[in-house]
Amino acid sequence: MSSRPRRVEVTLETRIDSIDLGEELARRVAVTAGFDEEEQHKISMAVRESLINAYQHGNQQEVGKNIGLNFFLHPNRLVVEVSDQGKGFRLEEVPDPLAEEGLLRASGRGLFLIRSFMDECAVESQNGCTRLTLVKYLRTPARPAPPEAGPAGEPAREAREWREERGRKR
Amino acid sequence: MTIKVNQRDVAGVVVLDLSGRITLGEPSARLRESLRQLLNQGQKKILLNLADVNYIDSSGLGELVSGYTTVKNHGGQLKLLNLTKKVNDLLQVTKLYTVFEVHDNEARAVQSFQ
Repeated sequence: MSSRPRRVEVTLETRIDSIDLGEELARRVAVTAGFDEEEQHKISMAVRESLINAYQHGNQQEVGKNIGLNFFLHPNRLVVEVSDQGKGFRLEEVPDPLAEEGLLRASGRGLFLIRSFMDECAVESQNGCTRLTLVKYLRTPARPAPPEAGPAGEPAREAREWREERGRKR
Repeated sequence: MTIKVNQRDVAGVVVLDLSGRITLGEPSARLRESLRQLLNQGQKKILLNLADVNYIDSSGLGELVSGYTTVKNHGGQLKLLNLTKKVNDLLQVTKLYTVFEVHDNEARAVQSFQ
């Protein structure tokens, strides 16, 4: 039975400086979680790209909307959730930025970078909220193998269970 | 967080020494404006020195690609010089290394425009 994760929950305004703030917070959480410098860079960059996505595409830069940034620190992994108030998207429908015809496009690399830098990435959209869930495993000898790839949303299972439990308590 | 841009002329090639982070917002806009001004001045040989740029996000990458395309469409060339490891890794993972001509020696980079 796994221990309850430590949590950091932040609500950010839809402002461009929220992106820098969230990136710096992610770096500090990654330090606390025990990731090395290279992994800290990858995690903070993946969070930055997730926040850019929420700011630009999810919330369409509407200042009245919020961006949620939650971290769950488990003994062997870090789970990050970035949520916005946009209509959402499907990962499989995002164009491949490595395709020859897409290499010279000025945009469309954010999600690719997120998926390159994190071990797992899933998107859930419902009730006017889109949540991107990212998972990074600690590279330690004690680290168990990542779970087999599951359906979209599977990496978010524990975080979702926690939210449901929290909802029941309220 | 912003980016500093210093402009030099080396044997007919404009070298832009960039320092800081090329990211969404003002830094990307600053780079775009610098390139636009150079093209308006008729400069067509542009070398971006990224020795002091240790961070580029997807918006910054987009700005570099956009700049490359714009300069090329004006009949010019835009090349990169002195990538840091992080920026080099980023160009590798996004395959942009196959788009840009990248140099690690300024004299040879300048000579490559002739």
